[in-house]
Amino acid sequence: MNADWALVASGLLTIVTAATPLVLASTGELVAEKSGVLNLGVEGMMVVGAIVAFMVGVETGNGALGALAGAAAGAAMSLLFAVLTLTLLANQVATGLALTLFGLGLSALLGRPYVGAVFVGLPDLWLGLDPLVWLSLALVAGVAWFLQFTRAGLILRAVGENHQAAHDIGYPVIAIRYGAVAFGGALSGLGGAYLSLAYTPLWIENMTAGRGWIALALVVFAAWRPWRVIVGAYLFGGITIIQLHAQGAGLPLPPQLLSMLPYVVTIVVLAAISRGAVRGRLNAPASLGKVFHASG
Amino acid sequence: MSKLRTLMTAAAVAAGLLAGAGARAEDPFKVGFVYVGPVGDMGWSYQHDQGRLAVEQAFGDRVETTYVEDIAEGPDAQRVINQLAATGHDMVFTTSFGFMNPTLKVAQRFPETKFEHATGFKRADNVSTYSSRFYEGRYVVGHIVGRMTKSNVIGYVGSVPIPEVVRGINATLLAARKVNPEVVIKVVWVNSWFDPGKEADAARTLIDQGADVIMQHTDSPAPVQVAEERGMWAVGQASDMAHFGPGAHLTAIVDDWAPYYVRRVGAAMDGTWDSADTWGGLNTGMVRLSAYNEAIPEDVVALAESVRKGIEDGSIHPFAGPIVDQDGRRVIGEGEVLGDEDLLKMNYYVEGVQGRLPK
Repeated sequence: MNADWALVASGLLTIVTAATPLVLASTGELVAEKSGVLNLGVEGMMVVGAIVAFMVGVETGNGALGALAGAAAGAAMSLLFAVLTLTLLANQVATGLALTLFGLGLSALLGRPYVGAVFVGLPDLWLGLDPLVWLSLALVAGVAWFLQFTRAGLILRAVGENHQAAHDIGYPVIAIRYGAVAFGGALSGLGGAYLSLAYTPLWIENMTAGRGWIALALVVFAAWRPWRVIVGAYLFGGITIIQLHAQGAGLPLPPQLLSMLPYVVTIVVLAAISRGAVRGRLNAPASLGKVFHASG
Repeated sequence: MSKLRTLMTAAAVAAGLLAGAGARAEDPFKVGFVYVGPVGDMGWSYQHDQGRLAVEQAFGDRVETTYVEDIAEGPDAQRVINQLAATGHDMVFTTSFGFMNPTLKVAQRFPETKFEHATGFKRADNVSTYSSRFYEGRYVVGHIVGRMTKSNVIGYVGSVPIPEVVRGINATLLAARKVNPEVVIKVVWVNSWFDPGKEADAARTLIDQGADVIMQHTDSPAPVQVAEERGMWAVGQASDMAHFGPGAHLTAIVDDWAPYYVRRVGAAMDGTWDSADTWGGLNTGMVRLSAYNEAIPEDVVALAESVRKGIEDGSIHPFAGPIVDQDGRRVIGEGEVLGDEDLLKMNYYVEGVQGRLPK
């Protein structure tokens, strides 16, 4: 019985750590999208955050500095995106995809001397979980509170819903979006930092292995509500881990099917929530992905 | 994503190499390498690149090598291989199974160029194939893990259920049971050759379910790290992964392409190269074991070494009968050994591997 509890507890811990990079990146992207900007470069920002965090972590031996550097690198990447899309009015979808390509290449270049380097990993803070896990939960709470209960949050949402109206009232649409995009980039970078500092403390090219795309899907899955990001990420992490346990226990389920399950569930939930009332059926910000020009 | 990168690399290769064309007689012997992954993967492609570096080391100024990394298996590959051949490369190594047909097509157009394709089975007058008997390394390791496990459960992180990987699992189990009849193997497939996070999760799962030795047939060192963190044993894959878990790392089954690459490039340079199929094992040096962990008792090391020597001199065959599959069906009896043909299409678990093999 004791062993069973140990197994369950250990499984739960694994689920939480598997979900944490997704929680971080999704929460950041959610804020950017709430302001009306669709940044598809999450994967690229994550992977650059991962390598920069790892470099700083290895060089200084300090995980906190590494995490900060990862967040800063993600923010820097997102600012590049912001200059192109918000100031130079480039297409957001194409620019976001380019940002991912750029990030993968840049991280491979930066990471060349760090392949095979060793970092000790982050210490546990409480309940066997490291500080970044707790930080991710605090960030979700903070973002939920900010969007729901603060004036600044209301303005940010207004910009995302109708940038023309927000501009006419006198809000600095572009400046607000710069801020939201940078915040999103920082959290993506932090999500990447979590991978290279805590989850699997090492650097290998392309180590995010598609998690940025899952984080993007989770924002839609969560219908742009911060708390649902946690539910979605833990559900996703849970299914991933449970299918591994099912295999180890010898259940006769094809692993290909089980690997597919998290994506199937995402699609099913998407289909289910989009059947709701027409108005804001996905709760998507109305100006999402649209180019804003003050004269227009 | 990788398409764009491929295009860019192909263009770069073309630009760089066209510049060097002309005056062929005095040119160094040019050798091209095509990799499926990044050279920094610490696994498969990394080891092939080590082989390329060994060629440079062996022949110095007399050779010039080029590599193109991260090439998707498919039409891109053909373009890249074609580019290498068209830019005066005398020899091209294509190092992934999926490059088989592209290699053959390009080889038809460039009969003077010599091609070497890893892990494939189609050859031509100017196309050789080569692979390694990785399972021989796993058979040696099986003796070690059989003796080192206390829980009698070996955890095995699998990539994709193809004969290559299944052969490794079965070889490990057959060896482990020779020294410890109680051993079972639990397999978790991650359906990827490379996803550090998922590989780590699979290793954690296996440890939670009672495994105290983690083996892997995936390319990242993440499972070794997890074993180190949890105080369990691990066996590295493709390259020496000891520094990712110095305490846990018992040994690694290393793909060593260097001796083969040096030998084949040498043969091509002095005109003795011919089209051949090489499936090299421990005796050719294409598979070897990295340094044994000092924590392994001396008698276990001695046993492992005697098995290694036995395989090298042919007195031990990893797939010698009797072999019984998971359902109790007799595969071969006492005194028989499985031939290469049977090994190449192995699609069943032997007795003692838990779970069902996904079909």
